[in-house]
Amino acid sequence: MESIKDKVAIVGMGCTPFGEHYSKDSVDLIVDACYEAFEDAGVTQKDIQAAWLGYVNSDIAMTGIILAGALQLEYIPVTHVENACGTGAEAVRGAAMALMAKAYDLVIAVGFEKMKDAGFGGIPQAFPGKWHPVYGAAPEVGGGVGRYALAATKYFSTYGLTPQEGKTMLAKVSVKAHRNGARNPKAALRNVITVEQVLNAPMIAWPLGLFDCCGINDGASAAIMCRTEDAKHFRPKGDYITIKASGIACGPGWGKERPDYDFVHWEETERCAKQVYAMAGIKDPRKELQVIEVHDCFSIAEVIAVESLGLVPKGQSKKDIDAGAWEQEGEMPVNISGGLKSFGHPAGASGGREIYEFYKQFQHKVEEPSRQLKRDIKLGLAHNQGGHPGNFVCGITIVGEPPAGK
Amino acid sequence: MVGITSYGAYVPIYRLSRKDIGFMWGKGAGSGERSVANADEDTLTMGVEAAIDCLRGMDRRIVDGLYFATVSPPYIEKQSASIIRAAADLREDIFTADMAHSLRGASSALKAAEDAVKAGSAKNVMIVASDSRLAAPNSTFEAEFGDGAAALLIGNTDVIATIEGSYHLSSEFIDIWRKPGDTYMQVWEDRFIREEGYLKILPQAVKALYKKLNLDPKTITKAAFYAPEARAHGALSKAMKLDPKTQVQEPMFGVLGNTGTALAPMILIAALEQAKPGDTILFATYGDGADAYLFKVTENIAKVQDNRRGIKKHLDSKMMLPNYGKYVQIRELMEWEKGTIPSRKSSLPVIWRERELVWKLYGQKCKACGNIQLPRHRVCMYCRAKDNFEPVRISDKTGTLFTYSMDERAQEIVLPKVFSVVDLDGGGRFYSVMTDRDTSKVQVGMKVEMTFRIQLEGMELHNYFWRVRPIRC
Repeated sequence: MESIKDKVAIVGMGCTPFGEHYSKDSVDLIVDACYEAFEDAGVTQKDIQAAWLGYVNSDIAMTGIILAGALQLEYIPVTHVENACGTGAEAVRGAAMALMAKAYDLVIAVGFEKMKDAGFGGIPQAFPGKWHPVYGAAPEVGGGVGRYALAATKYFSTYGLTPQEGKTMLAKVSVKAHRNGARNPKAALRNVITVEQVLNAPMIAWPLGLFDCCGINDGASAAIMCRTEDAKHFRPKGDYITIKASGIACGPGWGKERPDYDFVHWEETERCAKQVYAMAGIKDPRKELQVIEVHDCFSIAEVIAVESLGLVPKGQSKKDIDAGAWEQEGEMPVNISGGLKSFGHPAGASGGREIYEFYKQFQHKVEEPSRQLKRDIKLGLAHNQGGHPGNFVCGITIVGEPPAGK
Repeated sequence: MVGITSYGAYVPIYRLSRKDIGFMWGKGAGSGERSVANADEDTLTMGVEAAIDCLRGMDRRIVDGLYFATVSPPYIEKQSASIIRAAADLREDIFTADMAHSLRGASSALKAAEDAVKAGSAKNVMIVASDSRLAAPNSTFEAEFGDGAAALLIGNTDVIATIEGSYHLSSEFIDIWRKPGDTYMQVWEDRFIREEGYLKILPQAVKALYKKLNLDPKTITKAAFYAPEARAHGALSKAMKLDPKTQVQEPMFGVLGNTGTALAPMILIAALEQAKPGDTILFATYGDGADAYLFKVTENIAKVQDNRRGIKKHLDSKMMLPNYGKYVQIRELMEWEKGTIPSRKSSLPVIWRERELVWKLYGQKCKACGNIQLPRHRVCMYCRAKDNFEPVRISDKTGTLFTYSMDERAQEIVLPKVFSVVDLDGGGRFYSVMTDRDTSKVQVGMKVEMTFRIQLEGMELHNYFWRVRPIRC
């Protein structure tokens, strides 16, 4: 088995602001993200030989044709991929694999989601037409909040936190997200909030309140990719990044049905982390990763993701959070972009958006200078997971500085 | 001798104070309280509860037939008895029928069951009576009615109360009616109904039974009979020459309400709960005529009395609705704001394909490694053995709440929707929703049991499935 490490480079990226784009449709979002990427890489759509397109909701588009139409791509393969919230990671992975196989030389991976045309603030039903009692992810039988809240309840009880202590810990995660997002021009929620505001907000699904939840938004992201040896044709060394690892882990769903699942770790994230750390050769992720973007659809999701990624011992996030370790200037910044919490989560676009954060930090081209990390940036992790506690698909992409000599 | 071999009952956990009804309408609505079915309950689900209570500790395979009596069935066209049969996990090769359209349905079912056992075409026949009649807001019925269910098992072995005799009277008398499409029942002037109706017809049947059995009414230990409300019940006692103080089983209007078809059987069960061997019990129903029965209690009664939730335990276990508005909400007395979330469709092929899970709540136990899992899998979640499972009934299991959340925005009439991860006693995990709960008392580690409920009204269907609830009593 050959490792993907450093074989593929990202030489151009684009990302729309995420938000309620009532004046833009799917094509507008795709064009905005892709043209930013084209300009960034100094290419046009005519140079692209194949494309991977990720989106989740089949109501918003059909197949990969939408990308060909939006960009006026002429008869090249466009592969539509979907892996729930891991869709963005899946699009990048598909594109990387094709480059590695030398089937193409220059490709684009695009992720988008147009969610605000639906008329409600949740994730549209995954399987219209199929009814199954209780099981299933449709809002009628319980949206993501109710499912993730199961983990919050269990986290509190497992680690002996009173509801007040637990909710305060989670509130600090949301406060941090807003503080980071407030300075990010592409974020959707750009207001600073306080712990008190979080604790006094309306309950959505006990124990998670309004500010524990990310929103649903519109957005698109795009990455132009080639093999690493060709990257120098597009931009100077130090200005492009390579893929160190790309993993997907689909869980068999044990958590909902096997009593040995504890609801306080994400097994799929642990397994996916194992895949990518092995590929990337990462031994001590807490020390080695400078940019960590994790799937914080809910505050509890960030806490458990950080633990399941092996960045914090299990059950000890509170100590880190109280010490400010996850803040931008902390020991291990987490979600410095503002995360899903301040961006919202257009499912197909989020994976690419997280890589975009590393890309810009690495290039020292972060739009708002105060957001630039003041440390040597070599390695970043972009993590997403879809589904529900006990039954996830997890996608992780590790990107970093190209190896010496390439 | 043919008779009752077991009984079971069900009263929904919610009660509405008649003071709150009176407060709503600015009038007196009587004292006491009435039972109210939860938003996820109907006569069918209540019937399942009573049927399972009736068979507690017994082999469910012995039941050879099931009659379901109600005037408020979930479907006008579509049998309820067959669904109750499935949910109660009774055999498939039995006869089932609904006895609808008359408040006398329970005793009609009793007669049919008795005759089947006598004729030898069945050994054990179950009768389930259940009603949840929707009363027009601000009507007299609103305060009078209650919701509940009763079940009796009729057979000829281990009889707890033998049938000593019966008398049946059919009458074309019209007092109360509801046409297809009518939301509420219509009724003629109360004096006519009272004087020409139940005060004459019910005693006529009972007196005929006295004569037929050569029975001195003074020898009756307890009488359990229908009346629409307390005052009429008192008048009937006198008309049937019974001493209301000593001979008449308390009809529960103050704590339960008029549960329609289920009322007389529920009063009968309340009498059986306190009965001693040798007691004689008069049982009489009314509606389109009257049926009168005399039962004699045997020494087998104690075994059943010890092991049923029945009437008393269910009545003692209750939660008061905080106000009339909550009643309006759970009984859906108003047209609500339309939801913005596109509704999910039911699929009858899915329900049919998954019938072992949906109706019977069967999980599967891997024959190779012994682990219980649900819903069904082809490949074992533990040892990957393929297609090597045996079915396991989960509906009679209890469990422990492993974790929960309380969703304030779910599509559900009663919010929050309490999502519950339940670890089952004996193995397996059931990912479920908790009903009949006091949210201030929900906590990790609490004990729960299974209950058959309506889930969602997708595709204009009643979608039934199992939920969990705190162990009721």
